[in-house]
Amino acid sequence: MARVIALACVVLALSATTALADLRSQARQEVEFGITVAQKGLWREALYRWEKAAELDPKYAAAYNNLAIAYEHEGNLEKARQAYEKALELDPDNTFIRQNYEYFKEINDRASPHKTP
Amino acid sequence: MTARALTRLLSLGLLVGLVGCTSFYEITIETPIQPKLDVSPFSRVLVAGFIAGGTEDVDANLETVRLLRSQLRTKSGLKVIEADVVPLAELAAEQVKDAGTSTDTTPAAQDGAVRQDSGSKQEAAAKQDAAPKQDAAAKQEPGLPKHIKDQKDLQAYEHIFADANFWKKLGEEYQNPLIVTGTILFTPHARSGFVQREQEQYDAFGRRSVVPVRTYMERKGFILNPKFVFIDGRTGTPLYSETFREEILYNPQQNTPALSSYFELMDRIIPNFLSTLSSQKVRGTRILLK
Repeated sequence: MARVIALACVVLALSATTALADLRSQARQEVEFGITVAQKGLWREALYRWEKAAELDPKYAAAYNNLAIAYEHEGNLEKARQAYEKALELDPDNTFIRQNYEYFKEINDRASPHKTP
Repeated sequence: MTARALTRLLSLGLLVGLVGCTSFYEITIETPIQPKLDVSPFSRVLVAGFIAGGTEDVDANLETVRLLRSQLRTKSGLKVIEADVVPLAELAAEQVKDAGTSTDTTPAAQDGAVRQDSGSKQEAAAKQDAAPKQDAAAKQEPGLPKHIKDQKDLQAYEHIFADANFWKKLGEEYQNPLIVTGTILFTPHARSGFVQREQEQYDAFGRRSVVPVRTYMERKGFILNPKFVFIDGRTGTPLYSETFREEILYNPQQNTPALSSYFELMDRIIPNFLSTLSSQKVRGTRILLK
Protein backbone atom coordinates (compact mmCIF):
# COMPACT_ATOMS: atom_id res chain seq x y z
CA MET A 1 0.00 0.00 0.00
CA ALA A 2 2.79 2.37 1.02
CA ARG A 3 4.52 1.64 -2.28
CA VAL A 4 1.41 2.57 -4.23
CA ILE A 5 1.07 5.87 -2.36
CA ALA A 6 4.77 6.67 -2.89
CA LEU A 7 4.43 5.90 -6.58
CA ALA A 8 1.34 8.10 -6.85
CA CYS A 9 3.24 10.93 -5.15
CA VAL A 10 6.14 10.60 -7.59
CA VAL A 11 3.76 10.58 -10.56
CA LEU A 12 1.96 13.66 -9.21
CA ALA A 13 5.23 15.55 -8.58
CA LEU A 14 6.47 14.68 -12.04
CA SER A 15 3.28 15.81 -13.74
CA ALA A 16 3.28 19.05 -11.71
CA THR A 17 6.88 19.74 -12.75
CA THR A 18 6.02 19.04 -16.36
CA ALA A 19 3.01 21.35 -16.18
CA LEU A 20 5.15 24.13 -14.66
CA ALA A 21 7.82 23.67 -17.29
CA ASP A 22 5.12 23.79 -19.93
CA LEU A 23 3.73 27.06 -18.52
CA ARG A 24 7.23 28.59 -18.42
CA SER A 25 7.76 27.49 -21.99
CA GLN A 26 4.46 29.09 -23.08
CA ALA A 27 5.30 32.26 -21.15
CA ARG A 28 8.71 32.37 -22.80
CA GLN A 29 7.06 32.12 -26.22
CA GLU A 30 4.78 35.02 -25.36
CA VAL A 31 7.74 37.09 -24.16
CA GLU A 32 9.71 36.37 -27.32
CA PHE A 33 6.77 37.25 -29.53
CA GLY A 34 6.27 40.42 -27.51
CA ILE A 35 9.88 41.42 -28.13
CA THR A 36 9.49 40.83 -31.87
CA VAL A 37 6.39 43.03 -32.12
CA ALA A 38 7.78 45.73 -29.82
CA GLN A 39 10.79 46.01 -32.09
CA LYS A 40 8.34 46.71 -34.91
CA GLY A 41 6.66 49.41 -32.85
CA LEU A 42 3.53 47.38 -32.07
CA TRP A 43 3.55 48.18 -28.37
CA ARG A 44 -0.10 47.35 -27.63
CA GLU A 45 0.36 43.81 -28.92
CA ALA A 46 3.63 43.54 -26.99
CA LEU A 47 1.90 44.71 -23.83
CA TYR A 48 -0.81 42.08 -24.29
CA ARG A 49 1.76 39.33 -24.82
CA TRP A 50 3.81 40.25 -21.76
CA GLU A 51 0.70 40.52 -19.61
CA LYS A 52 -0.20 37.02 -20.76
CA ALA A 53 3.32 35.78 -20.00
CA ALA A 54 3.16 37.21 -16.48
CA GLU A 55 -0.20 35.50 -15.98
CA LEU A 56 1.11 32.16 -17.23
CA ASP A 57 4.22 32.33 -15.10
CA PRO A 58 3.95 34.84 -12.26
CA LYS A 59 7.57 34.18 -11.28
CA TYR A 60 9.01 35.17 -14.67
CA ALA A 61 10.99 38.35 -13.94
CA ALA A 62 11.71 39.12 -17.61
CA ALA A 63 7.97 39.26 -18.35
CA TYR A 64 7.47 41.90 -15.65
CA ASN A 65 10.54 43.85 -16.80
CA ASN A 66 9.23 44.00 -20.36
CA LEU A 67 5.74 44.77 -19.15
CA ALA A 68 7.13 47.71 -17.17
CA ILE A 69 8.85 49.04 -20.28
CA ALA A 70 5.62 48.78 -22.27
CA TYR A 71 3.71 50.63 -19.55
CA GLU A 72 6.39 53.32 -19.57
CA HIS A 73 6.00 53.68 -23.30
CA GLU A 74 2.23 54.01 -22.83
CA GLY A 75 2.76 56.70 -20.19
CA ASN A 76 1.23 54.57 -17.45
CA LEU A 77 3.94 55.31 -14.93
CA GLU A 78 2.24 53.89 -11.85
CA LYS A 79 1.74 50.48 -13.47
CA ALA A 80 5.31 50.63 -14.80
CA ARG A 81 6.63 51.20 -11.29
CA GLN A 82 4.64 48.25 -9.93
CA ALA A 83 5.89 45.97 -12.71
CA TYR A 84 9.54 47.02 -12.22
CA GLU A 85 9.25 46.44 -8.49
CA LYS A 86 7.76 42.98 -9.09
CA ALA A 87 10.57 42.16 -11.56
CA LEU A 88 13.18 43.24 -9.02
CA GLU A 89 11.47 41.28 -6.29
CA LEU A 90 11.73 38.15 -8.43
CA ASP A 91 15.26 38.80 -9.65
CA PRO A 92 16.94 41.34 -7.35
CA ASP A 93 20.44 40.81 -8.77
CA ASN A 94 19.52 41.46 -12.39
CA THR A 95 21.53 44.52 -13.43
CA PHE A 96 19.44 45.09 -16.57
CA ILE A 97 16.22 45.36 -14.58
CA ARG A 98 17.91 47.57 -12.01
CA GLN A 99 19.28 49.86 -14.76
CA ASN A 100 15.86 50.09 -16.44
CA TYR A 101 14.30 50.93 -13.09
CA GLU A 102 16.86 53.68 -12.40
CA TYR A 103 16.12 55.30 -15.78
CA PHE A 104 12.42 54.97 -15.12
CA LYS A 105 12.74 56.68 -11.73
CA GLU A 106 14.45 59.67 -13.37
CA ILE A 107 11.47 60.11 -15.69
CA ASN A 108 8.97 59.47 -12.92
CA ASP A 109 10.56 62.18 -10.78
CA ARG A 110 10.23 64.62 -13.64
CA ALA A 111 6.61 63.72 -14.21
CA SER A 112 5.41 63.99 -10.64
CA PRO A 113 4.58 67.53 -9.54
CA HIS A 114 7.37 68.82 -7.32
CA LYS A 115 6.26 71.95 -5.61
CA THR A 116 8.48 74.41 -3.87
CA PRO A 117 8.83 73.52 -0.20
CA MET B 1 45.27 22.30 -38.22
CA THR B 2 47.55 24.86 -36.70
CA ALA B 3 47.08 26.28 -33.20
CA ARG B 4 46.12 29.69 -34.66
CA ALA B 5 43.40 28.18 -36.85
CA LEU B 6 42.08 26.26 -33.87
CA THR B 7 41.95 29.45 -31.76
CA ARG B 8 40.07 31.28 -34.52
CA LEU B 9 37.60 28.44 -34.85
CA LEU B 10 37.02 28.42 -31.10
CA SER B 11 36.54 32.21 -31.02
CA LEU B 12 34.05 31.99 -33.86
CA GLY B 13 32.19 29.21 -32.10
CA LEU B 14 32.07 31.28 -28.92
CA LEU B 15 30.75 34.30 -30.80
CA VAL B 16 28.07 32.25 -32.55
CA GLY B 17 27.14 30.74 -29.21
CA LEU B 18 26.89 34.17 -27.60
CA VAL B 19 24.74 35.55 -30.39
CA GLY B 20 22.52 32.49 -30.19
CA CYS B 21 22.13 32.89 -26.46
CA THR B 22 21.39 36.61 -26.56
CA SER B 23 18.65 37.14 -24.05
CA PHE B 24 18.45 40.93 -23.98
CA TYR B 25 17.53 43.55 -26.54
CA GLU B 26 18.02 47.30 -26.36
CA ILE B 27 14.94 49.24 -27.39
CA THR B 28 14.09 52.92 -27.71
CA ILE B 29 10.98 54.14 -25.94
CA GLU B 30 9.20 57.48 -25.80
CA THR B 31 7.48 58.11 -22.50
CA PRO B 32 4.66 60.64 -22.64
CA ILE B 33 4.57 62.88 -19.58
CA GLN B 34 1.38 64.66 -18.65
CA PRO B 35 1.64 68.38 -17.79
CA LYS B 36 1.86 69.16 -14.09
CA LEU B 37 -0.53 72.07 -14.42
CA ASP B 38 -3.98 72.03 -15.98
CA VAL B 39 -3.73 74.84 -18.50
CA SER B 40 -7.01 74.04 -20.25
CA PRO B 41 -8.75 77.19 -18.91
CA PHE B 42 -6.14 79.32 -20.68
CA SER B 43 -5.54 79.95 -24.35
CA ARG B 44 -2.83 82.55 -23.87
CA VAL B 45 0.32 82.81 -21.80
CA LEU B 46 2.14 85.93 -20.68
CA VAL B 47 5.75 85.58 -19.61
CA ALA B 48 5.65 88.78 -17.61
CA GLY B 49 9.11 89.16 -16.19
CA PHE B 50 11.37 88.00 -13.41
CA ILE B 51 13.09 89.41 -10.38
CA ALA B 52 16.68 88.76 -11.27
CA GLY B 53 19.88 88.90 -9.29
CA GLY B 54 23.46 87.77 -9.20
CA THR B 55 26.00 88.68 -11.84
CA GLU B 56 25.48 91.88 -13.77
CA ASP B 57 27.08 90.38 -16.89
CA VAL B 58 23.72 88.94 -17.93
CA ASP B 59 20.32 90.62 -17.84
CA ALA B 60 18.69 87.48 -16.51
CA ASN B 61 15.22 89.03 -16.51
CA LEU B 62 15.28 89.96 -20.19
CA GLU B 63 17.09 86.81 -21.35
CA THR B 64 14.75 84.51 -19.43
CA VAL B 65 11.66 86.22 -20.80
CA ARG B 66 12.99 85.95 -24.36
CA LEU B 67 14.00 82.33 -23.97
CA LEU B 68 10.77 81.16 -22.34
CA ARG B 69 8.62 82.99 -24.88
CA SER B 70 10.44 81.41 -27.78
CA GLN B 71 10.24 77.94 -26.19
CA LEU B 72 6.54 78.31 -25.42
CA ARG B 73 5.83 79.53 -28.95
CA THR B 74 7.16 76.31 -30.46
CA LYS B 75 6.55 73.75 -27.73
CA SER B 76 3.20 74.58 -26.17
CA GLY B 77 -0.33 74.95 -27.42
CA LEU B 78 -0.73 78.35 -25.80
CA LYS B 79 -0.58 81.63 -27.68
CA VAL B 80 2.37 83.61 -26.39
CA ILE B 81 1.64 87.28 -25.69
CA GLU B 82 4.30 89.67 -26.89
CA ALA B 83 4.50 92.50 -24.40
CA ASP B 84 7.10 94.65 -22.72
CA VAL B 85 9.01 92.90 -19.97
CA VAL B 86 7.63 93.92 -16.59
CA PRO B 87 10.36 95.44 -14.36
CA LEU B 88 9.23 93.41 -11.37
CA ALA B 89 12.07 94.31 -9.02
CA GLU B 90 11.35 98.02 -9.48
CA LEU B 91 7.64 97.50 -8.97
CA ALA B 92 8.23 95.44 -5.84
CA ALA B 93 10.50 98.18 -4.49
CA GLU B 94 7.88 100.80 -5.29
CA GLN B 95 5.21 98.80 -3.51
CA VAL B 96 7.35 98.73 -0.39
CA LYS B 97 8.09 102.45 -0.70
CA ASP B 98 4.39 103.29 -1.15
CA ALA B 99 3.47 101.25 1.83
CA GLY B 100 5.89 103.29 3.92
CA THR B 101 7.40 100.48 5.87
CA SER B 102 8.12 96.93 4.88
CA THR B 103 5.93 95.57 7.72
CA ASP B 104 2.87 97.21 6.19
CA THR B 105 3.16 95.32 2.96
CA THR B 106 4.21 91.88 3.98
CA PRO B 107 1.29 90.63 6.09
CA ALA B 108 -1.16 91.33 3.29
CA ALA B 109 1.16 89.60 0.92
CA GLN B 110 1.42 86.61 3.21
CA ASP B 111 -2.34 86.05 3.21
CA GLY B 112 -2.49 85.12 -0.42
CA ALA B 113 0.96 83.65 -0.58
CA VAL B 114 1.84 80.86 -2.94
CA ARG B 115 0.37 77.84 -1.20
CA GLN B 116 3.50 75.78 -1.07
CA ASP B 117 5.71 78.69 -0.17
CA SER B 118 4.11 79.82 3.03
CA GLY B 119 7.14 78.88 5.13
CA SER B 120 9.66 80.66 2.99
CA LYS B 121 7.37 83.69 2.65
CA GLN B 122 7.29 84.11 6.38
CA GLU B 123 11.04 83.87 6.44
CA ALA B 124 11.19 86.45 3.69
CA ALA B 125 8.96 88.73 5.70
CA ALA B 126 11.19 88.35 8.71
CA LYS B 127 14.23 89.08 6.58
CA GLN B 128 12.45 92.05 5.09
CA ASP B 129 11.91 93.44 8.55
CA ALA B 130 15.51 92.92 9.45
CA ALA B 131 16.93 94.14 6.16
CA PRO B 132 16.98 97.90 6.90
CA LYS B 133 19.26 97.28 9.84
CA GLN B 134 21.60 95.06 7.86
CA ASP B 135 21.83 96.65 4.46
CA ALA B 136 23.01 100.20 4.04
CA ALA B 137 21.57 100.35 0.55
CA ALA B 138 18.18 99.50 1.90
CA LYS B 139 18.01 102.91 3.54
CA GLN B 140 16.90 104.28 0.18
CA GLU B 141 14.19 101.65 -0.26
CA PRO B 142 13.11 100.40 3.12
CA GLY B 143 12.98 96.63 3.41
CA LEU B 144 14.55 95.79 0.07
CA PRO B 145 18.23 95.41 -0.72
CA LYS B 146 19.31 97.57 -3.66
CA HIS B 147 21.37 94.90 -5.35
CA ILE B 148 20.18 91.33 -5.36
CA LYS B 149 23.22 89.22 -4.64
CA ASP B 150 21.82 86.04 -3.13
CA GLN B 151 18.67 84.14 -2.18
CA LYS B 152 18.21 86.21 0.98
CA ASP B 153 18.07 89.42 -1.04
CA LEU B 154 15.73 87.80 -3.53
CA GLN B 155 13.29 86.56 -0.92
CA ALA B 156 12.71 90.12 0.24
CA TYR B 157 11.13 90.84 -3.16
CA GLU B 158 8.93 87.77 -3.35
CA HIS B 159 5.94 89.37 -1.70
CA ILE B 160 4.97 90.66 -5.15
CA PHE B 161 3.96 87.15 -6.28
CA ALA B 162 1.25 87.11 -3.62
CA ASP B 163 -0.16 90.48 -4.63
CA ALA B 164 -3.34 89.17 -6.27
CA ASN B 165 -4.58 92.65 -7.20
CA PHE B 166 -1.42 93.44 -9.11
CA TRP B 167 -1.54 90.20 -11.12
CA LYS B 168 -5.28 90.42 -11.68
CA LYS B 169 -4.86 93.91 -13.11
CA LEU B 170 -2.07 92.68 -15.36
CA GLY B 171 -4.24 89.74 -16.38
CA GLU B 172 -7.15 92.00 -17.30
CA GLU B 173 -4.82 94.02 -19.49
CA TYR B 174 -3.98 90.91 -21.55
CA GLN B 175 -7.36 89.10 -21.55
CA ASN B 176 -6.82 86.83 -18.57
CA PRO B 177 -3.86 84.72 -19.62
CA LEU B 178 -1.77 82.30 -17.63
CA ILE B 179 1.03 84.45 -16.22
CA VAL B 180 4.55 83.10 -15.89
CA THR B 181 6.86 84.96 -13.56
CA GLY B 182 9.34 84.21 -10.78
CA THR B 183 12.88 84.84 -9.70
CA ILE B 184 16.21 84.15 -11.36
CA LEU B 185 19.49 84.10 -9.51
CA PHE B 186 22.54 83.68 -11.71
CA THR B 187 25.70 83.86 -9.67
CA PRO B 188 29.40 83.23 -10.30
CA HIS B 189 30.74 80.28 -8.42
CA ALA B 190 34.16 78.78 -7.71
CA ARG B 191 35.00 75.45 -6.21
CA SER B 192 38.27 73.71 -5.56
CA GLY B 193 38.76 70.02 -5.04
CA PHE B 194 39.93 66.80 -6.63
CA VAL B 195 38.75 66.23 -10.16
CA GLN B 196 39.10 63.00 -12.10
CA ARG B 197 40.35 63.44 -15.62
CA GLU B 198 41.83 61.21 -18.27
CA GLN B 199 45.52 61.42 -19.08
CA GLU B 200 47.36 59.98 -22.06
CA GLN B 201 50.32 57.75 -21.30
CA TYR B 202 52.87 56.05 -23.56
CA ASP B 203 54.79 52.97 -22.52
CA ALA B 204 58.35 51.99 -23.49
CA PHE B 205 57.08 50.66 -26.86
CA GLY B 206 55.25 53.89 -27.64
CA ARG B 207 51.83 52.40 -27.08
CA ARG B 208 49.19 54.93 -26.04
CA SER B 209 46.87 54.37 -23.15
CA VAL B 210 44.46 56.61 -21.26
CA VAL B 211 44.40 56.43 -17.50
CA PRO B 212 42.20 58.29 -15.02
CA VAL B 213 44.11 60.65 -12.73
CA ARG B 214 42.86 62.73 -9.85
CA THR B 215 44.03 66.32 -9.83
CA TYR B 216 43.43 69.11 -7.36
CA MET B 217 41.83 71.97 -9.28
CA GLU B 218 40.30 75.36 -8.70
CA ARG B 219 37.31 75.59 -11.03
CA LYS B 220 35.06 78.50 -11.80
CA GLY B 221 31.58 78.66 -13.19
CA PHE B 222 28.02 79.70 -12.46
CA ILE B 223 24.97 78.63 -10.53
CA LEU B 224 21.53 79.21 -12.00
CA ASN B 225 18.68 79.20 -9.53
CA PRO B 226 15.32 79.96 -11.17
CA LYS B 227 11.95 79.82 -9.48
CA PHE B 228 9.00 79.78 -11.85
CA VAL B 229 5.68 81.02 -10.51
CA PHE B 230 2.49 80.36 -12.51
CA ILE B 231 -0.32 82.79 -11.80
CA ASP B 232 -3.96 82.68 -12.85
CA GLY B 233 -4.47 85.92 -14.78
CA ARG B 234 -8.20 85.82 -14.11
CA THR B 235 -7.92 85.93 -10.33
CA GLY B 236 -4.31 86.95 -9.74
CA THR B 237 -3.71 83.93 -7.51
CA PRO B 238 -0.61 81.77 -7.78
CA LEU B 239 -1.36 78.28 -9.14
CA TYR B 240 1.96 76.54 -8.92
CA SER B 241 5.64 77.24 -8.41
CA GLU B 242 8.76 75.24 -8.92
CA THR B 243 12.40 75.90 -8.09
CA PHE B 244 15.42 74.53 -9.92
CA ARG B 245 19.16 74.63 -9.38
CA GLU B 246 21.82 73.93 -11.94
CA GLU B 247 25.52 74.63 -11.82
CA ILE B 248 28.41 74.46 -14.20
CA LEU B 249 32.15 74.53 -13.53
CA TYR B 250 34.96 75.07 -15.98
CA ASN B 251 38.68 74.42 -15.86
CA PRO B 252 40.70 77.53 -15.02
CA GLN B 253 42.06 77.73 -18.61
CA GLN B 254 38.55 78.03 -20.06
CA ASN B 255 37.15 81.51 -20.44
CA THR B 256 33.45 81.02 -21.00
CA PRO B 257 31.24 84.12 -21.26
CA ALA B 258 28.52 84.41 -18.64
CA LEU B 259 25.78 84.50 -21.30
CA SER B 260 26.93 81.15 -22.78
CA SER B 261 26.88 79.59 -19.33
CA TYR B 262 23.42 81.02 -18.72
CA PHE B 263 22.06 79.40 -21.90
CA GLU B 264 23.84 76.14 -21.17
CA LEU B 265 22.23 75.95 -17.75
CA MET B 266 18.80 77.05 -19.00
CA ASP B 267 18.98 74.31 -21.62
CA ARG B 268 18.96 71.76 -18.80
CA ILE B 269 16.01 73.40 -17.06
CA ILE B 270 13.77 74.13 -20.06
CA PRO B 271 12.39 70.54 -20.49
CA ASN B 272 11.23 70.59 -16.87
CA PHE B 273 9.72 74.02 -17.27
CA LEU B 274 7.85 72.94 -20.40
CA SER B 275 6.60 69.76 -18.78
CA THR B 276 4.65 71.94 -16.34
CA LEU B 277 2.55 73.36 -19.16
CA SER B 278 2.44 70.82 -21.94
CA SER B 279 2.76 67.09 -22.34
CA GLN B 280 6.24 66.03 -23.32
CA LYS B 281 7.74 62.88 -24.78
CA VAL B 282 10.94 61.72 -23.16
CA ARG B 283 13.11 59.47 -25.30
CA GLY B 284 15.19 56.78 -23.68
CA THR B 285 16.51 53.27 -24.10
CA ARG B 286 15.60 50.21 -22.07
CA ILE B 287 16.61 46.56 -22.08
CA LEU B 288 14.02 43.95 -22.97
CA LEU B 289 14.69 40.52 -21.51
CA LYS B 290 13.85 37.03 -22.71
